Amino acid sequence: MSSENNPSGVRSGLGSPDYRTNLAFRHLKGRMFYLLCLFGSLVGILLLVTLINDIRQDGFSYMSKHFFTNFPSRKPEIAGFHGAIMGTLWVMGIVAITSFPIGVGAALYLEEYAKRNKLTSLIQTNISNLAGVPSIVFGILGLQLFVRGTIGYGPAICIGEQCGFGRSVMSGALTLTLLILPIVIVAAQEAIKSVPPSIREASYGVGATKWQTVSSHVLPQAMPGIMTGMILALSRAIGETAPIIMIGALTFVAFRPESPLDPFTAMPIQVLNWISRPQAAFHDLAATGIVVLLVTLLTMNTIAVLIRVKLGGSSSR
Amino acid sequence: MSYESRPVSARYSQNLRNNLGGRLIGILLFLCASVTVVTTIGIVAILCIEGFSFFAEVSPIEFFTGTKWTPLFTSKGFGVLPLISGTLLIGLGAACVALPLGTLTAIYLSEYATPKIRSVLKPMVEVLSGIPTVVYGYFALTFISPFIKEYLYPEAGPYMAISAIIVVGIMIVPIVASISDDALRAVPRELREAAYGVGSSRLEVTTRVAFPAALSGIIASYILAISRAIGETMAVTVAAGARPNLTANPLEAVQTMTAYIVSVSLGDTPHGTIEFKTIFAVGLTLFFMTLVMNVISGRITKRFREVYD
Repeated sequence: MSSENNPSGVRSGLGSPDYRTNLAFRHLKGRMFYLLCLFGSLVGILLLVTLINDIRQDGFSYMSKHFFTNFPSRKPEIAGFHGAIMGTLWVMGIVAITSFPIGVGAALYLEEYAKRNKLTSLIQTNISNLAGVPSIVFGILGLQLFVRGTIGYGPAICIGEQCGFGRSVMSGALTLTLLILPIVIVAAQEAIKSVPPSIREASYGVGATKWQTVSSHVLPQAMPGIMTGMILALSRAIGETAPIIMIGALTFVAFRPESPLDPFTAMPIQVLNWISRPQAAFHDLAATGIVVLLVTLLTMNTIAVLIRVKLGGSSSR
Repeated sequence: MSYESRPVSARYSQNLRNNLGGRLIGILLFLCASVTVVTTIGIVAILCIEGFSFFAEVSPIEFFTGTKWTPLFTSKGFGVLPLISGTLLIGLGAACVALPLGTLTAIYLSEYATPKIRSVLKPMVEVLSGIPTVVYGYFALTFISPFIKEYLYPEAGPYMAISAIIVVGIMIVPIVASISDDALRAVPRELREAAYGVGSSRLEVTTRVAFPAALSGIIASYILAISRAIGETMAVTVAAGARPNLTANPLEAVQTMTAYIVSVSLGDTPHGTIEFKTIFAVGLTLFFMTLVMNVISGRITKRFREVYD
């Protein structure tokens, strides 16, 4: 249909030249917008690549056996990461032991036991708000509650001379436990929710109690999802710096912690300490520490993904 | 025969015991859940108790309107405005980076990307929020700042707000991208199909149908991202410097509220002094700023969920 044959003279029909040029322009605009969106999504990735490349360039100059076995030193060539690695292992061990039962317990309560009432929705809202509290505020909480054993008013909890846990592995671990608890709970809730109701009904049908149903059917089915969430939460905790600086992790530690009440340092703290020195050699040490930190995180995330892929298949039939 | 009239069998009493055990387990699990509530109460109590004892010595008017923040010097100034301005400079600056990039990423993921590209791109974007913030600080200090100094602004010192703004902005892109993507994908297919049916192009469907329909979710993601930027600590401590500075110039060094709290705890300020109590007053301010933003964001998300469920 061309415009000459159009009796009404309206020049905006499907075949009109106006429409065609307009359509070409609209297509061009669409194309431009597509490219803009593509570019926007690649900027972050590009920066990530630059960051990893920057760290790769500086991060291997001090990578040697000594780096893993030595303690920090004023001389960059013999400085090592040993104390930080051991500190992180200690802290993460305790965080895993404490956050797993509390997190899974809370998720089970909210999903399987709690009545749908005001109190439950209050707890749920509180968990999502807690996830948004800046990590440094958790550090302030840990500094008072765990290091000093008081909330600042009334008596402190003391055993003999010692009030609270002091600036120790225990204080750091408990602070990080509270910090990642919302993440663990939400992940465990999602995993428990994804267990089909038919499994519970079958269990109840043969006369199982609630706890028997939950412990031998719901939990095993939900476990891959819970483990994935747990590992991701722990990898968040490993990188956290601010809260354990607040509770007083030391920045120069020439020993490894032997008990939960010993002072300690951790990988991100040691990295921060090296970054804050002016000499370039220490910046390279920091980059080496960052490589170790990132490789640890990458390994943990890979394990989490593998668990989800391998074991997740059976529960999401 | 009714249930009650049966004799109490061994089986029945076993059931009763099971019930008692079940109730104990229920109580135990409830205690686990209440740890989170106790955490919140603990945070609020500690911040308020120590914060109020700070405000007993320094008037809140001086604290919130003063422009000189020098609590650790001999001539003390307790005006928190330089710290708030530093925090807002970083927070809003990071928003200028993250909101456009995050929105474009979300639109690309939900409207353009094929499932295959999506399954690669989305995890890669999420990696950005999984990198420890101290690593971003290192990158800002040793790469971005020297780059700006060398090519763009040679007069700058080693610390500048702009490099912190860039890394914090990138760090919060996944928050915007992920939540906005969810919001866009929650827009019903019929709305898009109706728009295509009357001859709209994909751009028009995206910008005039999908985006407005998902707007509340997208705005919620913006608020949440800014709140996260305001609470960010290590990257700004490392890259933005440690000078309380009432300025809007991103090329100068500034100190944020979070960086101040860290600097006090790294120093040797004795506990119980007015200098030390400043961290509780600053922490209280920070806590309420982020709390208000998170609550607003949560409200908006809830409302937008109700629309399509």
